[in-house]
Amino acid sequence: MFLLDRPWLSPCFSRAVLPERRSQANRALRFAVWALASNAGWKLTAGRTGGVARWCAKKTWKSTPMDSGSQRSFDVAVIGAGPAGIAAAVTAAKSGASVALMDDNPAPGGQIWRGGASRSHHPEANRWLERLSTSRVTRMAGTRVFHAHDGRLEAESDDSLCQILYGKLVLATGARELFLPFPGWTLPNVAGAGGLQAMVKSGLPVTSKRVVIAGTGPLLLAVAAYLSERGASVLCICEQTSSLHLRYFTLAMAAFPRKLVEAAQLRFRCRRAPYLTSAWPVAAIGQDRLQAVRISDNGRLREIECDYLACGFHLVPNLELARALQCSVKDGFVEVNELQETSQPNIYCAGEPTGIGGMELSIIEGQIAGYSAAGRRNSANQLFTARTRYRRVVGTMKKAFALRSELATLAKPDTFLCRCEDVSINEVRKHATWRAAKLHSRCGMGPCQGRVCGAAAEYLFGWTMDSLRPPIFPVRCSSLAAMSSPAIPAQPHGGSQ
Amino acid sequence: MMRATDVLIVGAGIVGAACAFELARAGLRVAVVEERFTSAGATGASMGHIVVMDDSEAQFSLTRYSQLLWEEIHEELPPDVEFERCGTIWVAADEEELAEVRRKCAYYRDRGVHAEILDPAALRQAEPLLRAPLTGGLLVEDDSVIYPPAAATFLLQQAIELGASLHVGKAVASLSKGSARLADGSTLSAGRLINASGRFAPRLTPGVQVKPRKGHLVITDRYPGAVRHQLVELGYLKSAHSLTSDSVAFNVQPRKTGQLLIGSSRQYDVEHDGVEEAIVSRMLKRAFEYLPALAAFSGIRVWTGFRPATPDKLPLIGPWLEDPTLYIATGHEGLGITTSLATGKLICAQILGHTPAIPAGPYLPSRQMANETKVETNV
Repeated sequence: MFLLDRPWLSPCFSRAVLPERRSQANRALRFAVWALASNAGWKLTAGRTGGVARWCAKKTWKSTPMDSGSQRSFDVAVIGAGPAGIAAAVTAAKSGASVALMDDNPAPGGQIWRGGASRSHHPEANRWLERLSTSRVTRMAGTRVFHAHDGRLEAESDDSLCQILYGKLVLATGARELFLPFPGWTLPNVAGAGGLQAMVKSGLPVTSKRVVIAGTGPLLLAVAAYLSERGASVLCICEQTSSLHLRYFTLAMAAFPRKLVEAAQLRFRCRRAPYLTSAWPVAAIGQDRLQAVRISDNGRLREIECDYLACGFHLVPNLELARALQCSVKDGFVEVNELQETSQPNIYCAGEPTGIGGMELSIIEGQIAGYSAAGRRNSANQLFTARTRYRRVVGTMKKAFALRSELATLAKPDTFLCRCEDVSINEVRKHATWRAAKLHSRCGMGPCQGRVCGAAAEYLFGWTMDSLRPPIFPVRCSSLAAMSSPAIPAQPHGGSQ
Repeated sequence: MMRATDVLIVGAGIVGAACAFELARAGLRVAVVEERFTSAGATGASMGHIVVMDDSEAQFSLTRYSQLLWEEIHEELPPDVEFERCGTIWVAADEEELAEVRRKCAYYRDRGVHAEILDPAALRQAEPLLRAPLTGGLLVEDDSVIYPPAAATFLLQQAIELGASLHVGKAVASLSKGSARLADGSTLSAGRLINASGRFAPRLTPGVQVKPRKGHLVITDRYPGAVRHQLVELGYLKSAHSLTSDSVAFNVQPRKTGQLLIGSSRQYDVEHDGVEEAIVSRMLKRAFEYLPALAAFSGIRVWTGFRPATPDKLPLIGPWLEDPTLYIATGHEGLGITTSLATGKLICAQILGHTPAIPAGPYLPSRQMANETKVETNV
């Protein structure tokens, strides 16, 4: 199933490629496989890189005529169909607004409810997805917003271009995994925790495969539980935080008994896997794919032979659209007021981009944003108490699962920081700013455009990312050509490449 | 105790780097001072096309000389400079442009530059993605393409190995009479000063007539083999000529990575570096007229840069008459990468009092002062 969807991933593909394009095709393939294995390389990139790989195989290139753009208008446009976006869209529609819900993926649910209602376990997920399907929300799946300016969105889908005019905009763009570089992290079969889960949901077989899960936070349990049920042999779960911090977290979660019960259920589902604290990966070992992981376990180093390593070291909020719209960002998150309004008029933000706090908080924030955008401030007010309650989770998670300093030093000088362009940490480190590093080392110039390495560089070196220029994500050149000018002249962004 | 500096260069773009390279090779003690980081200005935004141009004898002379210098060192260039002798094809879309192709061919050949006229069939073979019908093209096979930031870094490193020093992150507040006062209050002195600060040159040397000319570029994902040569429309020259209006012209470059760099645009009197949708749109649509397949290619990034432009389209290379210690090396507009090496050679010859390999007269900054009034009304 997995390969049928993507025939260009099969080993036979390389034989179909013209000899002079083989190395480029192989590179594109390598990247595409990785992009699918992580939700930082988003589906769009994998699709595009697949496109390049397919192109390498062709002898002639035919251009297909582009659908001319259409323009649609809505009271409320919601970007991102994860928990926050779905909640915002459903809520605003219920309040009488005309609503569009846009997402890059073919089905709603975002990362956490990936694959839609039928495959999701969580009852909340099914409830909201059901509400979405019976609502009057206009769903625009497979739609990527690549440019946004005052009242207007430019969006691209596989075969057409669309301009969306909105009265209010809700950004619910979620978060992606932070990839911490360590020796061997770019080996095939080393993936993000969420990414591996996504691949398995898409059909990757893991029966009897040995998996090590490493990182931090409750996500590890969720992934371990999921993979165990799919037949994987989860060899161990390496949580980098200490057992003391974990106990603190459990105590703090006593205010949310349902979450504790959920955690216990998850743990039961992967009970066979040892759960280690103060444990983290030090190196991934193997020749052309992963063969073993070396971990530091309470100070002791040991090697575990395995087939997959799934790493989940925190989430990084997706701020591209917020930044492109010049919403104020503080300490790495979008600033919002109590109505989930950003610093820009008519623009709201809900969910992980305002603070990593998990599903329940995202849903509540989404609802508040939905009510606010639809002008129902009283209804929004009624959710403030619940939000305050769940916001405590944000602070608790931060304290309990803060990344320990050893993790920032795992990478060796020759460890890759940028896996798209194979740029080592050493080559990047000698520059003072992200811009200089990009220009001189090609780091961040590849297909992921800095989404992976940029976050890692921010974590390791404290660099702040550049302000954004369109396109926010790679799009067809014809879509770029169809971008229309804003009424106000462009604001200064930042110099060179 | 620091050794006395012979030459202090302000600006670590490709021109500053080339000057440092030549002067260090000549045995002088060189210091380069850069406000931001190497190649932070036009060099970092530029296309990296090394091209021989025939707009005027002076322009031909400088670009040809410099192109030959790039040929001389190309084998020493490290792989990250991505030197590729892909050649340029000047594309003709109508009979008038075809006549221009013939004129250009004769011009180049008369001066020893390899040039070959391509009829529509040959053009099609050379570049299958170019739309039909086109009337023909001119292939200049010795033109090449590099990645400018890496080239600038290479030239600086060579200079450093010969004893030059590089000071990054230091802003210069004033530059005159053998000394540079830095923003932090300290002073550096040198026998000679070179203002190679690109479009910012007038800040340090009031009276230098250089203005920023904004350009946009789009880079695509990798499509290896899609385009084999740098492709430029003959109308490009009309765009470069225009002194007042915004213009776009078809100019596409294949990079060694297989990515395509799509240009070009020119705007006067725009100070902000934001991407302007209307210009990008015009530029891309122009490109689609020549390469229809480009419309479906993935565009991954758009950026802007500012070319340092002079009123007469020739750079300023030489002494500044008001200050015997000061030299100017800027104003290269869209030919900075090409003519950087020649600029270094000329400046070096001028400082050492040697005869330069090509006449330096057309590029002397003094011409601006002589024509001051005349030039102001034109611009």
